[in-house]
Amino acid sequence: MKLAPIRYAAPATMDEAIALLGSCDAKVMSGGQSLMPIMAFRLATPELIVDLKKIPGLDQIVIDDQGVRLGAKVRWCDIESDGRLAQANPLLAEAIKHVAHYQIRNRGTVGGSVAHADPASEMPAIAACCEAVISVIGSKGARKIKAVDFFISALQTSLEADEVITEVLLPAWPAGRRWGFQEFARRRGDFALAGIAAFYDLDGQGCAANAHIAVFGASDRQHRLPGAEAALNGRPVTPETIAAAASAASAEVDPPSDIHAPGEYRRALVETLTERALAHAAK
Amino acid sequence: MIAVTTMKIEFEVNGKAVSADVEARTTLADCLRYDIGLTGTHVGCEHGVCGACTVIVNGAAARSCLMLAVQADGEKVTTVEGLSNDEALTPLQASFRKHHALQCGFCTPGMITTAHALLTHEPNADEERVRDVLSGNLCRCTGYISIVEAVLDARVAYGSKGE
Ligand SMILES: Cc1cc2nc3c(=O)[nH]c(=O)nc-3n(C[C@H](O)[C@H](O)[C@H](O)COP(=O)(O)OP(=O)(O)OC[C@H]3O[C@@H](n4cnc5c(N)ncnc54)[C@H](O)[C@@H]3O)c2cc1C
Ligand code: FES
Ligand code: FES
Repeated sequence: MKLAPIRYAAPATMDEAIALLGSCDAKVMSGGQSLMPIMAFRLATPELIVDLKKIPGLDQIVIDDQGVRLGAKVRWCDIESDGRLAQANPLLAEAIKHVAHYQIRNRGTVGGSVAHADPASEMPAIAACCEAVISVIGSKGARKIKAVDFFISALQTSLEADEVITEVLLPAWPAGRRWGFQEFARRRGDFALAGIAAFYDLDGQGCAANAHIAVFGASDRQHRLPGAEAALNGRPVTPETIAAAASAASAEVDPPSDIHAPGEYRRALVETLTERALAHAAK
Repeated sequence: MIAVTTMKIEFEVNGKAVSADVEARTTLADCLRYDIGLTGTHVGCEHGVCGACTVIVNGAAARSCLMLAVQADGEKVTTVEGLSNDEALTPLQASFRKHHALQCGFCTPGMITTAHALLTHEPNADEERVRDVLSGNLCRCTGYISIVEAVLDARVAYGSKGE
C-alpha cells in the first residue's frame, strides 16, 4: 500500500530532533527498513518522520577496554566489514551475518533494530545475551538502560516517545570465552523461527562459568534462560551437560503458534539449537 | 528545522541532475516511476520483501520502496536504465540473455541492479555468495539456477581473476 500522508524533517542536531519528537505523534527514522514496511501496511501512521540521517556522530564502532560501542546508526554492512569484531565480540559478528538480505543490510541499523524490538531479531538477542547497556537521550536528558529492562514485549520497549537511542554498549569480551550462535529460518536472511545466542567462560577446573544463554523468536521478546544457564554452570561441558542444558532451555519457553510455525515446533527448535550452539562453543 | 509535507528534491539519477516536487510520503520507487518517468524500477510487494525495486544509492544496493524520495535529496541513484546503453548489451545483460536468466522479466531490474552492485564491490563472489545476496530477490519464473549462472558468468567483465 501507499503510505498515509506524513510530514518529514531531517534535523541537523539531536536537540532539534528531540524537540520535533515531542511536538506531535512523531517517529524516528534510522534505516527505515522496518518503519517503511510498517507504514506501508498502515500499522503505523505517524504524523511526522524525524530522519536521523544528518545527525553526526552516531555511526561509529568503537572498541575499547569497556567493550564494543555500536553507534545507533551503525548498519549491518558496517558490522559485517569490521574485521576487529571477530576478536572483540565474535558472537555479535556471527549473529549479524543472519540479519536480513543484502539490500536491507546496506541501510538497516543497530539502533533501529533495538528500538523496533521484533522478537525474532538478532541484535536484541545479542543485547540480551551480552547484558548490553543502551544509551538514550530525550527531553528529560540522557539515561542508560540495561537490556533486561529495555525489552518489554513484542515491539515494546521502555523507550519514551521523545527518546532517541544513541549507542549500544556490549561489555568487554575476555579472551578464551566460548560462544555459539544458532538460528533456524526457512530462507537465508528471513526472520528466524527460533534462535539461540550463548557464551560461557571456563573456570580453573575447566568447568563452565558465567553462562549466558538467550533465546529469540520463541517468545514475546529476547531474554536469557536461567534454567539452561544453571544446568551448565559449574560443570564440565560434556555432551551430557549440553543435553541437560538444552532440555532445560526448551522447558523454559512457551512459544506461541502462528502462521509460520506451531509452538511445539518452535519449542523443539529451541532444544536443538541450544544443543548445537553449546556444541559449537565447546569445540 | 521545518517539517515538510511536500518538498522539492534535487538528486542525480543515472548521472543526470534531476529534480521533482514530491509529497513526503512518496517512496523513492514511485518518485522514479511517476515523477522522473523511469519505469524500469519495478514495484512488486511495496514492503521490502521481493527486491524488484532495487536501485543503487551512492554505490550500495537499496530497496527503493523502503526509502522516501525525500531521503534521496542530494544523493546519487542508479536505476536499471543506467545499467544499459543503446549500442549493445552490457556484459551483464548479455550473460542474462545467454543463460535464459529471465522469463516474464518482472524481477529482472532488481536482479540486474543487485548483481551489478555485488560484482562491482566483489568481482570474485563465489556461487554461495551470489546465492546469499540474491536470496532477497524473488523470481516466480526461472527457478533461480539460470540467474545464478548468469551472474557468475558475468564476473570476468567486472575484473574477476577467475576461480
Ligand atoms: C524483508 C526483510 C527482512 C528482514 N529480516 C530481518 C532479520 O532476519 N533480522 C533482523 O533483525 N531484522 C530483519 N529485518 C529488519 C531490518 O534489520 C531493520 O533494518 C531493522 O530491524 C530496523 O532498523 P532500521 O535502522 O531500518 O530502523 P527503522 O525502520 O528506521 O526504525 C524502526 C523502528 O525503530 C525506531 N528507531 C529507529 N532508530 C531509532 C533510534 N536511534 N532511537 C529510537 N528509536 C529509533 C523507529 O521509530 C521505528 O519505530 C528485515 C527487514 C525486511 C524488510
Ligand atoms: S517492491 Fe520493494 S522490495 Fe518488493
Ligand atoms: S522472470 Fe518472471 S519473476 Fe523472474
